[in-house]
Amino acid sequence: MIPTFGYSVLVITFVLAIYGAGAAAAGALLRWPVWVKSARSAMLLTFPLISLSALSIIYLLVTNHYDVQFVYNVTSNSMPYYLKVTALWGGQAGSLVFWCWLMSAFASAVTLRKWDRDSEFLPWVIVVALVTLAFFLGLVIFVENPFVRFWQTPGGQQIVAMFQPAGAIPIAPPDGRGLNPLLRHPGMIIHPPMLYLGFVSFVIPYSFAIAALVTGRTDDRWIRLTRRWTLVAWLFLSLGLILGSRWAYDVLGWGGYWGWDPVEIAAFMPWLTGTAFLHSVMIQEKRGLFKRWNIVLIILTYDLVIFGTFLTRSGVLSSVHAFAQSAIGPLFFGFIALTFGVSLGLLLYRWNILRAEGQMHSLLSRESLFLFNNLLFMGILAVCFWGVIFPLVSELFSGQKVTVGPPFYERSTGPLFAGLLFLMGVAPLAAWRHSTAKTLGKAIWKPFSASLLLVVALFILGIRGVALLGFWLAAWVTFVTLYEYGRGVMARHRRSGESLPVALWNLAARNRRRYGGYIIHLGIVLMALGVIGIEIFQTETQGTIRQGQSLTLGKYAVTYKSLAEFDTPDGRNVARAVVDVSRDGRYLGELHPRRDYYYESQQPMTIPGVRSTMEEDIYVLLVDWQPISSQGATFKVYHNPLINWLWLGGFVFILGTLVAAWPDKDPEEEKMRVSQPVVVPGRV
Amino acid sequence: MEQSISTPQIKPANRLKFIIGGLMIIAAIAYLIISSTQANAQYFLTIDELNSRAASIAGREIRVSGAVLGDSIQYDSQNLVLKFRVAHVPGDNKDIEAQGGLAAVLHAAVTDTNRSHMDVVYTGVKPDLLRHEAQAIMTGHMGEDGIFYANELLLKCPTKYEESVPQQSGN
Repeated sequence: MIPTFGYSVLVITFVLAIYGAGAAAAGALLRWPVWVKSARSAMLLTFPLISLSALSIIYLLVTNHYDVQFVYNVTSNSMPYYLKVTALWGGQAGSLVFWCWLMSAFASAVTLRKWDRDSEFLPWVIVVALVTLAFFLGLVIFVENPFVRFWQTPGGQQIVAMFQPAGAIPIAPPDGRGLNPLLRHPGMIIHPPMLYLGFVSFVIPYSFAIAALVTGRTDDRWIRLTRRWTLVAWLFLSLGLILGSRWAYDVLGWGGYWGWDPVEIAAFMPWLTGTAFLHSVMIQEKRGLFKRWNIVLIILTYDLVIFGTFLTRSGVLSSVHAFAQSAIGPLFFGFIALTFGVSLGLLLYRWNILRAEGQMHSLLSRESLFLFNNLLFMGILAVCFWGVIFPLVSELFSGQKVTVGPPFYERSTGPLFAGLLFLMGVAPLAAWRHSTAKTLGKAIWKPFSASLLLVVALFILGIRGVALLGFWLAAWVTFVTLYEYGRGVMARHRRSGESLPVALWNLAARNRRRYGGYIIHLGIVLMALGVIGIEIFQTETQGTIRQGQSLTLGKYAVTYKSLAEFDTPDGRNVARAVVDVSRDGRYLGELHPRRDYYYESQQPMTIPGVRSTMEEDIYVLLVDWQPISSQGATFKVYHNPLINWLWLGGFVFILGTLVAAWPDKDPEEEKMRVSQPVVVPGRV
Repeated sequence: MEQSISTPQIKPANRLKFIIGGLMIIAAIAYLIISSTQANAQYFLTIDELNSRAASIAGREIRVSGAVLGDSIQYDSQNLVLKFRVAHVPGDNKDIEAQGGLAAVLHAAVTDTNRSHMDVVYTGVKPDLLRHEAQAIMTGHMGEDGIFYANELLLKCPTKYEESVPQQSGN
């Protein structure tokens, strides 16, 4: 029986993970290399084993085994194959298995690297990875089992159980409930895997950090070894966030892209600490500072990943107060408390050998600006964390449930994001170690003046207030970044006589992290333009109009042409309106806002008609209509200026991350070469 | 955080500079969080709580949750005015769990005629999830006419996706 098989494999993997963690720890403590070797094999095996189990679930999903509760809940006969496969992460139990699957893939991949020079890290990396894996497997096996089935007892009762109760017969409903229609969107199909990939790959740098603490080899070797893992984790997490926000824009029908919902914040928090970490490790590599702080950041990131997995799985969409409703809540909090406590204990134990190797001299030096960057990221994290836990805290102390909404986050993070943008402009031009207002001023005056000129131009065009500040910051970062690129290219061009395009290519190729990082900064700036556009300049209108009548919004007019209602073979009733969009009386095109009604789940879904240009989106929602379509229909129209810069910026952002994370020709050799001057005897 | 960058060798004056700079940023962040919390805190009340202290919360922005009575939903699609009635549900998750989960609580709320009810007016697009036995979470203020004027409406339908046993089974 497939369900029994899949479940048994999970149990075996769970036992194996616990064995592996134990054997690795024992092998390291008793200096018994054979045990470590055995633990390594155990970790390698977790991936093929969990694959078997995950494939079992996929098989059950694709073959419509509705006697399995999970399959019943997330699929139905009318769903296409690709949706049945991806329904694996359409519900809590399946997505936890999926999490384990990805985790085991990364864990197995880590065992395959060359360990010769870092063999003392190996056992502790295994311990951390396998303990994490065992925790999630334990959740699947004991609490959220995707293999439980429906049974009918001899007494006629319907029950849910893993194994056949005495005398009971299995029940197989003819059709399942189907995946939530809101989740049947390409963005939502790849959004969870991206987010999860980001989550699980952060476990690897964390496990190296713990290994460094346990073994006392606390130079920056662990950071160099995990640099690429961290970038890959960050890449996937960023991609997950961007896809999620695109999904919200396309599907949720409120013309927005980010709602400060606890689920969004849960995925955003590890991104914040991860970003701070990516910045501050550079200071440790360059200057030997921030060693303790980097350990704190990676510990925070790991526990926020666990917290995020919990939050994103505790309620499908409406996450308002979904905290305590899941049985796995206390287990998650227990695990977070345990790992956080043990990690901090280890950090304190190694506190003295993690002393900084130098000191900071000047408030305006590069390292000092990185410190302020970290403080701002921590500030945004504090805002997010406070917002999420505030209802719980206020209830505890005042007995009164008090919540904070999006205005709270917008008001308190706005200045912090602005501060980060400002630093993004200053820091690339600040010198290391000694930097004074005079030297810094000399470095930045050209791009600074250029950005001021742009501000004057925008002011004349009538832009004021926060928008003007935002545009100035965007211009400022853009000019600084381009200036940096220009300086580098010109220097190469003069020195080696390379042509400018070649010089640009070689510049980026030789120092991928730096110049990839600058591309990421440009991506952020483009995204900021989109955010400014939609947050400050969005306008909307709504109304009911008859055929031939128009709604006007600024320069635009939306004219209602016709409406058709029909049933589709996949169980939807579709009401599709045809509207014309024109600008200043000039016809631009036709849009088809529609409403799909899913019979199975009795849920309507609003799909906007969008006319997209780099300048703006005209986003039309069909709100309501009379059964006889000549009577009229109600539309809501949004004008979202600059919104596509947000998506373009996301694309540039991901591109920059790829540049920064792209493997070097010979990574091992590269690492050896760069790490030589760092591992100076007697320093640790 | 200051500790992580400070080392014994650092000159006191130098160190002070960073401590002051760091503290200023931390103070600014703390100010932002505290003032934004004060400006934007919304009390989360049940309908019973709302009725028992109508005076003290007049004009304040609050959040209320209730079970939607399907028969009461009226939607004027011309003017986008949505009117409906909600029944009291307990606010505490422990109470909800004790009474058999959100689905059972919502069902009990709409069938029990002795519950306190509240009329809601919301201007805007009728949400897709608004229907009988859904949980509505409304943000807005209580009018002097005893009607709740919501400017934000969130809906939750717990019964829909994950369910323990299918309602009708075919063998």
